[in-house]
Amino acid sequence: MTVAVVVVAVLLSAAAALALTRVVRGPALLDRVVAAEVLISIMIGALGAEAAVNRHATTLPILVVLSTLGFVGSVALVRFASGEEA
Amino acid sequence: MNGDVVLDVLVGIFLVAGGLLSLVAGIGLIRFPDVLSRMHSATKPQVLGVLLILLALAMSLRNGADLGTLVLIGGFQLSTAPLAAQMIGRAAYRTGRVHRESLDVDELADRSGTAHDRGE
Repeated sequence: MTVAVVVVAVLLSAAAALALTRVVRGPALLDRVVAAEVLISIMIGALGAEAAVNRHATTLPILVVLSTLGFVGSVALVRFASGEEA
Repeated sequence: MNGDVVLDVLVGIFLVAGGLLSLVAGIGLIRFPDVLSRMHSATKPQVLGVLLILLALAMSLRNGADLGTLVLIGGFQLSTAPLAAQMIGRAAYRTGRVHRESLDVDELADRSGTAHDRGE
């Protein structure tokens, strides 16, 4: 189990670093939106993995909020990027 | 080997699989050339990666009330990912952020009001 914990931590950290690189480098707002969505999914994965390893359900409400936030945030940014009327 | 050990091993395997999918998405985000192909790699952790980790969490907690919350999270993730992807793809096409030479078919090319129509 300890090996799995270390492996998952390394994988998720590397994935988050790569997604963050794409958020920083862009080049367009839409690339950043896609990368930010991936970053939120990775955060959900990291919190879920931590809860699974330590067997607690404390962070489950945070997972619900994060999945909502990813959707609402990307939709808002995309509407801004495409310049649509409300 | 009793049931708890088997479940723990499965938890570990599913967690590592979810982490691998997230890493694949990160590599794809860096290496793919335009928004549409990056969206393709972005869907891996959004759907299968998160579902695998939620499954591992469900097998680790083994509790009915927590299972309801996990189903809620997974269902929300499944239902919102295509919506957001459709909006991103449409915005990318309309603002001309698509590599036309990498498209096999462009079914919107002869529609009026698209980015292609305005010569962008």
